[in-house]
Amino acid sequence: MNISLNITKTFTELLSGFLPESTANIGAMVIIALIYLAIFSVAGLFLVLIERKVAAWFQLRLGPNRVGPWGLLQTMADALKLVSKELTGTVKADKFLYNLAPYFVIVSSLMALSVFPFTQNFQAFDINIGLFFLIAISSIGVIGILLGGWASNNKFALIGAMRSGVQTISYEISVGLSLLTMVLITGSLQLSEIVEVQKNGWLIVQGHIPAIFAFMIYMIAGTAETNRAPFDMVEAESELGAGFHTEYSGMKFAYFFLAEFINMFIIAAIAATVFFGGWLSPFGITDSIPWLGVFWFLAKTMTLVFLMMWFRWTFPRLRVDQLLTLEWKYLLPLNLLNIILMALIVWLNLTIQF
Amino acid sequence: MDTTIKNSNLKSEEYFINMGPQHPATHGVLRLLLTIDGEIIKKVEPDLGYIHRSIEKMCERDSYQQIVHLTDRMDYLSSHINNEAVCLTVENALQIEVPERVKVIRTIIGELTRIASHCLWWGVMGMDVGALTTYFYGFRDREMINDIFEETCGARLTMNYNLPGGLMFDIHPNFVKRTKDFIAHFKTKLSEYDTLLTGNIIFQKRMKGVGILTKEDAISYGASGPVGRGSGYSCDVRKYHPYSALDKVTFNESLKTDGDSFARYQVRIQEMWESMAIIEQLIDNIPEGDYQTATNAVIKLPKGEFYQKVETARGELGVYIVSTGTKNPYRLKFRSPGFSNLSLLNHIAVGGKIGDLVATMATLDLVIPDIDR
Amino acid sequence: MVKPNNTILEIMSYFGDIFKGIKTLLTGMSVTGKYFMTSHKGAITQQYPDNRDTLKMFDRFRGEVVMPHNEINEHRCTGCQKCELACPNGSIEIIWDRQVDPETGKKKKMIDKHIYHLGMCTMCGLCIEACPTDAILWAQNYENSVYNRSALTKVLNQPGSKLMPGVED
Repeated sequence: MNISLNITKTFTELLSGFLPESTANIGAMVIIALIYLAIFSVAGLFLVLIERKVAAWFQLRLGPNRVGPWGLLQTMADALKLVSKELTGTVKADKFLYNLAPYFVIVSSLMALSVFPFTQNFQAFDINIGLFFLIAISSIGVIGILLGGWASNNKFALIGAMRSGVQTISYEISVGLSLLTMVLITGSLQLSEIVEVQKNGWLIVQGHIPAIFAFMIYMIAGTAETNRAPFDMVEAESELGAGFHTEYSGMKFAYFFLAEFINMFIIAAIAATVFFGGWLSPFGITDSIPWLGVFWFLAKTMTLVFLMMWFRWTFPRLRVDQLLTLEWKYLLPLNLLNIILMALIVWLNLTIQF
Repeated sequence: MDTTIKNSNLKSEEYFINMGPQHPATHGVLRLLLTIDGEIIKKVEPDLGYIHRSIEKMCERDSYQQIVHLTDRMDYLSSHINNEAVCLTVENALQIEVPERVKVIRTIIGELTRIASHCLWWGVMGMDVGALTTYFYGFRDREMINDIFEETCGARLTMNYNLPGGLMFDIHPNFVKRTKDFIAHFKTKLSEYDTLLTGNIIFQKRMKGVGILTKEDAISYGASGPVGRGSGYSCDVRKYHPYSALDKVTFNESLKTDGDSFARYQVRIQEMWESMAIIEQLIDNIPEGDYQTATNAVIKLPKGEFYQKVETARGELGVYIVSTGTKNPYRLKFRSPGFSNLSLLNHIAVGGKIGDLVATMATLDLVIPDIDR
Repeated sequence: MVKPNNTILEIMSYFGDIFKGIKTLLTGMSVTGKYFMTSHKGAITQQYPDNRDTLKMFDRFRGEVVMPHNEINEHRCTGCQKCELACPNGSIEIIWDRQVDPETGKKKKMIDKHIYHLGMCTMCGLCIEACPTDAILWAQNYENSVYNRSALTKVLNQPGSKLMPGVED
C-alpha cells in the first residue's frame, strides 16, 4: 500500500471507507493527535537526555550512563519516577489554577508542533497563517507560568512568574519582528509555502545580510522566549531556588520541564524552517526521496538546539533589568532597522536566488 | 538605581522574603531576611546561628594541640591557614623559633590553600551568576591541589597538618614535583578562566558598578582580604605583618580601587597569580632540617594575652588567646574575616536587584561556618 | 542641543558595543566548545563504585585508626593512655588492668580493650602522633559507612592478643 506523506488526508480517506464523513474526520484528528502526543513525549524525553549529555561533555563530565546502554533510558526512568511521585502543594494555594497551570504550558507547546512540515506534505495542519499561529500559540505558554507562579502561594514562585511575564511580553516582539523580516521575502505566512520559496536557496542565503541579522536576533529572542539560560530569569536557581515551579512536584513539574524542552525544539524548528529551508536538502541532493526530508529537518533543528545548549552552558545569566535593556534598547531598534533594510533589498530585487 | 514610580496611584507594598537557610545562593546555612520592593532590595538582615558549634567555647576545654584541629572546621576552605594561625600564636607565646623548613612548607601549603579556595570561589561565582560550567572547571583544578594535600597531609579538606612547634610529619617526597606540575597546569587554566568568564560582556555588566563599597566604608566595617583590597584598602597581612616565610618572598599586593563586585573579582584572580609566584619562589629551595621542634607533651602558655593575625583566603583571621598559665586557654577568640565581610552586605546590596544581591554575596566569598563558628 | 558630532560618536559606540559584546561571547563559547570537542579524551569524573579495584588511597590517607598485630597475635600497645588523652573528642577509650607479667614476674599495665569510636573520630591524627610505641596507625580504607551505628565502635586489639615483648613506653 502506498501511504501518502500527507497524514491527515491518508487517515481521513482510510476511515471514510467504513465511516460516515464527519465521524471519519473526527477519528482522523484523534488518531493524529495521539500520534503527535506519543512522538513528542518521547522526543521531549530524548531532548532532556541530549541536554544532559551535552552539558556533561561541556563540563568534563560523563553524563547519565547507568540506565540502559550509554544511559539512553535515563530520562525514561526519571519520567517513571516522576509519575509515581506524590503531588504536593502549599496549603493556601489556589487549587484550581495551581492544577490548571501545567496543562496550559504543555498543551500550548504541543499545539505548536502541529503546523511544522516535517517533510513534503508531512504536516498535520497546514494553515495559511502558520507562522502567525506559531507566534500566537507560543505566547499562551506564559499564561501557564504566570498562573503557576501566582497560584502556588510562594513568593519565590511569584517573582519568577512576574519575571516571566515581563520577559515573554518583551521578547515576543523581537521573535515576531525577526520572522516578519523573512516574511517580506516569502510573501506568505504558510509554512509549506515558506519552504517552497526556499527551493531557490535558503532564506538565510536569499536575504543575506539582513537575514543573518534577523537570524541572530531570532536566536537571542527565541532563547529568551523559552526561558533558557542566559535568560532563565524565571527559574534562576541561584536567585529564586526553582522559580515558578518551586511548589510543583511529580508529573506536574514534569509537564513544565518537558514543555521547556519541547519549546526549545519548536524555536529551533521555526528557525530551521524559516531560515534554513526546513526539510529541503542542501543543494537539493535528496529531493527525489521525500522521506529524507524528515532527516534534514531534524538535523537542522538539532544543530540549532545544540547551539542553544551551547549558549546555556557557557554564558552567565543576565539581570532582569539588563534583559529588558537588551530587548528594548538593542534588539527592537535593530530589528526595525533590519526590516527596512530587508524591505529595500526585496524592493530593489537584491536577493540572491539560484 | 531607584526605579520605583513616585507619583503613582497604584498602591505598592514592600514585602519580606526569606532567603535561606536552604537556598542555593547562600552557600550553606545563612538566612537572609530580605525586604523587597518588587525586585529592588530595601534591606538585608543576615540571620546567623544555623551552624553554630561553639568552637570558641570548645577551645577553652581543649589543650593547645587539640585546638588546632577545631580551626579546620571554621573556614574549611582555608583550613591550613587557620591551623597555622593558632600554631603561630602558641609559638609566639612560648617564644619558640620553628625551623626554617617548617616556615617554608607552611607558606607553600598556605598559598596552595589560597589558590584552592579561590578556585572554588571562582567556580561558585560563575554558578551564582548563572554560568554553570565554571563550577566544574574550578573544581577540576582544585582537585589537583587536594591531591597534593592528601598525599602530604592525609586529608583533603580538614588537614590538621600543623602542630604547635612544627608540622605533624615531613612533606611527601612527591610534594615538590606535584606542586610544580600543578603550577605549570594552572597557569594555562587561569588564563582560560579569564577568557571564559572575565571578559564575557554579560558577566561584566552583572559585576561592574554593582555592590560598590568605598574605601572609608571598607575600613569602618572592618573589611579585610580581597573585599577590602577591592576597595583600595591596602590590608594584606602578608605584606604588613609577614609571618612564616612570607618575609623572604617578593609579591605584589593585588589592589583595585573601584570597590565594585568586579574589582573584588579581579583582586581574587590576581591573588591566584601572586600565590603562584610565591610558591615558585619557595618550592625549589625548601631548606633541609627538622620538621618539628621539641615541645612539651603538655603545652602550658605563660600567663598573659596573645594575638596573632594571618591572611586567610577570605581576609584577616585573628587569634586572641587569654591564658592563665594552665594547659587550656582561659578564653580564645577568633576574629573571623567572614563575619566582618558579611556585616557590610546590607550596606552594599541595598538598592540593587535580587540578582545583584546574589552576585555581590558571591564576591564577598562567605563561608558560613567561619562566620558562625 | 546635541552636536551632530556627538550623535555620530554615540551611534558608533552603540554599534561598537554590540560588536565587542558579541566578540566576548564568542570567545567564551570557544572555550567551552574546545572542551566539548575534546570530551572524548575522557572526563574528570571518577566512576567511584566501578573503580574500587584500581582506586588506591595515598599512603598517608586517614581512613580509620587501626592497631596492627603480628602473626602470633601481638600488638605494640602498652596501655599508656596517651592517645586517649590526646584525643580531642573522646573517641578512644582504653580499658586496662595491672597483670603479672609472666616473664619478669612484675605487675604491669596491660590493655584489656582498646575501644575506638569511629563515629566520633575527626581524623585529626593526634592519637597517632602521641603514641610512643607506634601501636596505632592509619588505615587507608575509605568505605566506613555502616547500617548500624554501634558497628562504628570498634575494639582495636584482637581477642586474646598480648603485648609484643620488648615494647616499652
